[in-house]
Amino acid sequence: MLLIDCPWCGPRAESEFRCGGESPIVRPADPAATDDTTWADYMFFRDNVKGLGFERWHHRYGCGLWFNIARDTVSHRILAVYGITDPRPALEGEA
Amino acid sequence: MSGYRLDHGGDIDRTRPLTFHWEGKSYSGFSGDTLASALLASGVRMVGRSFKYHRPRGLIGAGLDEPNAIVQLEQGAQTIPNLKAPYVELYEGLSADPVNAWPSLGFDLLAVNGLLKRFIPAAFYYKTFMWPDWLLFEPAIRKAAGLGTSPALPDPDVYAQTSAHTDVLVVGGGIAGLSAALYAAQAGKTVMLVTGGAHWGGRLAGTSDTIEGKPARVWIEDTLRTLAAMPNVTLKARTLATGHYDHGMVSLCERLTDHLPLEQRSGPRQRLWRVRADDLILASGAIERPLVFRGNDRPGVMLAGAARAYLHRYGVIAGRQVVVATNNDSAWQAAFDLAEAGARLVAIVDARNDPSAALLDRARSLGIPVHTGMAPAAARGGRSLRGVRIGRVSREGRIEGATQTLRCDTLLVSGGWNPAVHLHSHGAGRLTLDTNLQSFTPIAAAGHRSVGGAAGDFAPAAPIPALWSISETGEPDPEAWVDFQNDVTAGDIALAARENFRSVEHLKRYTTLGMASDQGKTSNVSGIGILGTLLDRPMQAIGTTKFRPPYDPTPFGVFAGHRVGEGLRPRRRLAFHDWHSENGASLDEYGGWMRPAAYPRAGESEEDAVRREVLAVRAGVGLFEASPLGKIEVKGPDAAAFLDRMYVNTISTLNVGRCRYAIMLTENGTVFDDGVVTRLGEDHFLVGTTSGHAGAIAEALREWLQCEWTTMQVLVEDVTTCWAVANIAGPKARDVLAALEPDVDISGAAFPHMSARTGHVCGLPARIARVSFTGELSYEIAVPWRDAGALWTALVEAGAPYGLTPFGVEALMTMRIEKGFLHVGSDTDGATLPQDIGFGGIMRKKTQDFVGRRSSLRSDGLRADRRSLVGLEVTDGNPAPLTTGAHVLPATAAAPQPGEGWVTSSTWSPTLEAPLALALVERGQDRMGDTVRVWDLGTWREARITGLCRYDPEGARLDA
Ligand SMILES: [Zn+2]
Repeated sequence: MLLIDCPWCGPRAESEFRCGGESPIVRPADPAATDDTTWADYMFFRDNVKGLGFERWHHRYGCGLWFNIARDTVSHRILAVYGITDPRPALEGEA
Repeated sequence: MSGYRLDHGGDIDRTRPLTFHWEGKSYSGFSGDTLASALLASGVRMVGRSFKYHRPRGLIGAGLDEPNAIVQLEQGAQTIPNLKAPYVELYEGLSADPVNAWPSLGFDLLAVNGLLKRFIPAAFYYKTFMWPDWLLFEPAIRKAAGLGTSPALPDPDVYAQTSAHTDVLVVGGGIAGLSAALYAAQAGKTVMLVTGGAHWGGRLAGTSDTIEGKPARVWIEDTLRTLAAMPNVTLKARTLATGHYDHGMVSLCERLTDHLPLEQRSGPRQRLWRVRADDLILASGAIERPLVFRGNDRPGVMLAGAARAYLHRYGVIAGRQVVVATNNDSAWQAAFDLAEAGARLVAIVDARNDPSAALLDRARSLGIPVHTGMAPAAARGGRSLRGVRIGRVSREGRIEGATQTLRCDTLLVSGGWNPAVHLHSHGAGRLTLDTNLQSFTPIAAAGHRSVGGAAGDFAPAAPIPALWSISETGEPDPEAWVDFQNDVTAGDIALAARENFRSVEHLKRYTTLGMASDQGKTSNVSGIGILGTLLDRPMQAIGTTKFRPPYDPTPFGVFAGHRVGEGLRPRRRLAFHDWHSENGASLDEYGGWMRPAAYPRAGESEEDAVRREVLAVRAGVGLFEASPLGKIEVKGPDAAAFLDRMYVNTISTLNVGRCRYAIMLTENGTVFDDGVVTRLGEDHFLVGTTSGHAGAIAEALREWLQCEWTTMQVLVEDVTTCWAVANIAGPKARDVLAALEPDVDISGAAFPHMSARTGHVCGLPARIARVSFTGELSYEIAVPWRDAGALWTALVEAGAPYGLTPFGVEALMTMRIEKGFLHVGSDTDGATLPQDIGFGGIMRKKTQDFVGRRSSLRSDGLRADRRSLVGLEVTDGNPAPLTTGAHVLPATAAAPQPGEGWVTSSTWSPTLEAPLALALVERGQDRMGDTVRVWDLGTWREARITGLCRYDPEGARLDA
């Protein structure tokens, strides 16, 4: 069970959180003018990396905050926790 | 008779004898015994039948590595299958039976499988029973090859769960664990030390070994006393570390009452611990390997280390005539200890040509004959060992030249030791081959480390012989067992290799090696050794299978904890729950809330009650508790703009004090929720959601605000349970409300349909909304939850002159179907788009984007033949309502065929005195008046497509 360092509450058990998947996913600025392929890419297509991945988590049974983490999907090590609007940190994967 | 009890020694209390039952017969043991030690001391040799061939089996281990003595403990609801006898502590009255023996151990009908063994090699079942259908054979095979029986009755026990944080968690109560705990505790760390069994001191408990100049027993007692006195140390025996998970979490299963007689047990039976430690120290020891030779599974063949444990912990000598066979030093110590305790040692047989002089001298002084360079060729005997044939053994394990037979009833074996790396492996720790041990040891990993036996600290200075498989042919012997519990032989591994199952994972699945409830504790490494020899590849190239939690099978109850029965999910009660109960409501669960379905009077069926309630509302006035309706406050300078982005409808054009019915989509375009949005102020909205959905909607609103529109200034708060809501509906609703003396003008002109006011009702602060789900004049009166009682009492009193009738969810649902009002979740599913439920026009008029709009306009959403929501009028004269879920077919259909839709809601309408239904039907909105056929499980009905609203379509009653 992951131990996730919520920026507001500190380290808490994974069972208090919900994973919101890859982050950031950029919503097209003008959806009506977006073609089906681009829209499907936004809706459904994810990198599904082996190794260093970036994802957003929600402290659902805690403060309610959404934030980003950088997690190695092989070792499950969390390499960084950063704000939802912060850019992805420059990191090297472990796997 | 073979094993026997000494009159001294061991950690048992000879003044406290205990009676227990094995296979229905009475035996006695002592307080401090395990079921295994008591059976061994009682001379019981055969303790089980093997899984596949039903061969007689005896004890070989003294811990959780035991593959043979698998027992069913107790009966009825208390029964627990598949426990290892060496781990079952004896208590007065204990009753246990072997698994895999039918009708009894001595006479096992399925032992015929053993006679057929040469026809049942590895994977026999898969190969033979594939044709024509594995499923035909599976039940009978599973019965024959089953382990114990699961309890058929509800578990009478309760289980606890808890969490702990500590600087250091030490797993294992042997010398290494005690030392590590003491070291960490003396450095000021908080320490938790756990051991799975009831004993402390591991393998050295009760031995004559010395530790730091003290006898082992004294050292162990001193250390325990020191630790127990330290405030920063927690000691827990009977607490097994079952799993090691991500980020260092360790699960422990603490057995609180299993060691007590049934009638003395109270409180939780077991407790799950979730422990987080900065440092995890694994001192889980090592597991001995059996030698692999013909007949090595005969009852009487035992691991040498186990015999030593039975001697020192329980004062039990495993047999009367003992031969020891080994390839390493450790078994010699067992021979010496047993000889000194008075056992008759027939011989020590060592595969090595040159055991150390010290060992040879000691054996000579104890009068034990020694055979070097030799190994067992075959064990002899049936249900009990009678002797062992030994001969010269080559480096490859082949018996060469003449053999001789040694008479014995007990053969103690050791093929070396495997560090118990399971928890290291759970935590993604990697392994390396130690060529001196001929086994795998842990590679140091971040966050956890292994010490003592678990780290292979006992490795000899020189390699022990890799004696993986002994046979007289030089080929792996099909009657030499590797995995005792799953009945896998050296010959099976050779068969797998011949058939090209060469990866260790394939070997495991093809032969089932290591897949039994012991996860191959005594067999995995030997299996890898044999496969490596056959393929002429080094063991590290074969690799190991991954160990997975739990280390030993753990009852489901431990993981469920309190989350069973009523404890699974908290039941939510309405604000006026007691009144509903006292006034005859039949309560049902709706979305987690216990709500009145109806209020049947004495002698009245629920169906009749629903009809009466509907007619009372239509003709007079009814009272309904609507507290579970979701209520979310949305506030802030950007609240209106935000809600425009969230709803299909435009919210920003709503005037203060007005309400609007609106629907919300998922970003995938499907209908997510509906409800009434009220504008309480310029920047203040009250968002209504369906009952039981408020949490999900509030969460979705916040996710969009936090993750997408991060600069919008909006606050979202779910206030559902802050407000209790009473709904009064019917033509006389205004009269009832007036009687409560509200301080707002409630005249039709001043307070029209779809508007809301804030003020007071019978002196209580209240929010009043004139909205309707029944189709009648209707007010929802919300007061703070604490004021619920006062409001309800006032309403019941004020309503009495008007015949105010309480009504339940079923009457409400009947009335909303009469009105054709949508119920999200009934009339929509995970594929329903807004255009399917009549929101196409509103979408087209709105110019700006909102969540789900783009997705709802994909090509599939624009198909002309989409299903749309319509009403169905029954035309066959049958008064029975259509079945919800029934298929809608074309009028020409004469037999079942792919449908055009289905019935989503259906009821008898007391108002119209006719059955009514709503349905999703292909092109439904373009087919008004069409006849259709409705099919359900062989029954045909006739119906006509109508508009949704069948009652007061002009809405005159709403605007009254
Ligand atoms: Zn938090």
